Amino acid sequence: MKNKVVVPDEKQISRRITKNKLAQGIFFLATLFGMVVLATLIIRIFSQGIGYLNIDFLTNYASRRPEDAGIKAALLGTIWVMSITIPVSLILGVGTSIYLEEYAPKNKFTRFIELNLANLAGVPSVVFGLLGLTVFVRLLGMGRSILAGGLTMSLLILPVIVVASKEAIRSIPQEQYEAAYAMGATKWQIIRTVVLPAATPGILTGAILSLSRGVGETASLLMIGAMTFIAYTPTSILDSFTILPIQIFSWASRPQAEFQAVAAAGSIVLLIILILMNSLAIVIRNKYSKRY
Amino acid sequence: MKMNRLAKIGTSLSVALLLAACGNEPTDENDTGTNGDTSDGETSEGIAGSVQVDGSSTVFPILEAVAEEFSIANPEARATIGVSGSGGGFEKFIAGETDMSNASRPIKEEEAALVEEAGIEYTEFQIALDGLSVVVNPENDWVDYLTLEELEMIWGEASGVTTWAEVRDGWPDEEIKLFSPGTDSGTYDYFDEIILDGEQIKRDASLSEDDNVLVQGVQGSTNGLAYFGYAYYAENMDTVKIVPIENSEGEIITPSDETVQDGTYEPLSRPLFIYVKNESMKENETAYEFAKYTLEMAGEMATEVGYVALDDSLYEESLETLEGLK
Repeated sequence: MKNKVVVPDEKQISRRITKNKLAQGIFFLATLFGMVVLATLIIRIFSQGIGYLNIDFLTNYASRRPEDAGIKAALLGTIWVMSITIPVSLILGVGTSIYLEEYAPKNKFTRFIELNLANLAGVPSVVFGLLGLTVFVRLLGMGRSILAGGLTMSLLILPVIVVASKEAIRSIPQEQYEAAYAMGATKWQIIRTVVLPAATPGILTGAILSLSRGVGETASLLMIGAMTFIAYTPTSILDSFTILPIQIFSWASRPQAEFQAVAAAGSIVLLIILILMNSLAIVIRNKYSKRY
Repeated sequence: MKMNRLAKIGTSLSVALLLAACGNEPTDENDTGTNGDTSDGETSEGIAGSVQVDGSSTVFPILEAVAEEFSIANPEARATIGVSGSGGGFEKFIAGETDMSNASRPIKEEEAALVEEAGIEYTEFQIALDGLSVVVNPENDWVDYLTLEELEMIWGEASGVTTWAEVRDGWPDEEIKLFSPGTDSGTYDYFDEIILDGEQIKRDASLSEDDNVLVQGVQGSTNGLAYFGYAYYAENMDTVKIVPIENSEGEIITPSDETVQDGTYEPLSRPLFIYVKNESMKENETAYEFAKYTLEMAGEMATEVGYVALDDSLYEESLETLEGLK
């Protein structure tokens, strides 16, 4: 083994410094581009929509008059859909990830499933919408109901929750398992007392982030017919519904300029909900993360 | 230590559950009087049933306005207006899922056959008119009017015409930029049928399902040319220029409330329809009242959302027909 130390001459050094500066400049511009676009978007939405944002906007139903239009039906629809999506996707998602990580034999079939899960996470949401339309709406006869919408959205975010939960479970140090086994614990005892407590922050963070993707999701629920006018509060999960992003989309395509402003006001509400959900994810991660 | 950790998990889980629990709140807000599926429930104070409507996105703003007023007049009634497009609406109508279907074109023969096969009797009503408007950029000072043949040359793939000069002598030798509603829309169907006889539209035309994008396209391009529903022109009169169209009588007509209503702006005026299920009119009081309300209000609401009302006598005739269905 030769271990020759090459001392660069001054020319080489200055060239390296230039390269470094160039790289720094490029990355800075890349960041700046994103920031400027985002800032423009937010400033535009706020300057356009803030005038329509008041209590009436939250408590009125949609209307043909922009000044009377509100998001009550859409907001309630989003909450109802989420009330189905959250339990279904959490139970199925966490269950799947525990099975895959803890119980499933490590063979080709398991790897095949895991590969497919990762792929499913990248499938366009319209495809899930078509699936929901065929299976839930038509085949199972749920109609264009909150139930069908909630289940479709669960399917949509399930792969992401499974992948995030699997990562969280996998990051638990092997020593923890060994210690538990040494105490004579069964698999279920380990899952209950070691795996779940340690993985919960990671699971919840992943779940909330994918749920906030679900809240902003439009295409899949558009497919199952959530673009509707409703002037009543849903009373059961079999009622028709509409959701915030679709209501915004519907307003944005109107000819009247005032409706563009109403759409912007709706976007502000949606943005606030998303920011709240993402902050919750950060709080949970910081508060409950365990360091080994 | 252990308890502490469990407590923390408990807290984080309950946060998640809290999110879920929020969803149940709306249940408490409901008026105790409302009942989920009283499709033909009759109460002494107003109607409390439900009516399902679906169909064209073009007609939707009118039905939305009607449903809004209907809900105010009958707070217990539940009117659901879906947007599946004219064809999608008929699909649900055939499946018996809706009481009323709205459409921006008449029902097609094959759809009518399927409805009949399903044993559903229906009645067609016109509720408003829409004048498809052809517009150019305000800086375009050469186009004074267009004939149907010229429109066909401009929009048809077969003609090979790409510049203004090829359309009429003396017009600039510049390429025309075309903007058209997307192929899923009834607007596209209607224009394609009337102007191009169903032939292929120019392949390099920019298509968009959002008519506002078409408006912006023409605003931003001196050689732009687009067509869309009258409402979109009415909202953008200052920034796009309307093109008068020569009708079959050889008259050059600009679309307006008057020319669309009296039928002189043709053939680009199109009627908007509702199709009601006769059985629902008989058996579901809410559906009947809603249809009646639609015919009574359609003229006023159509004008308010940017369409053109029919002559009053036509609504009265329709109302009589509807009365006969009850």
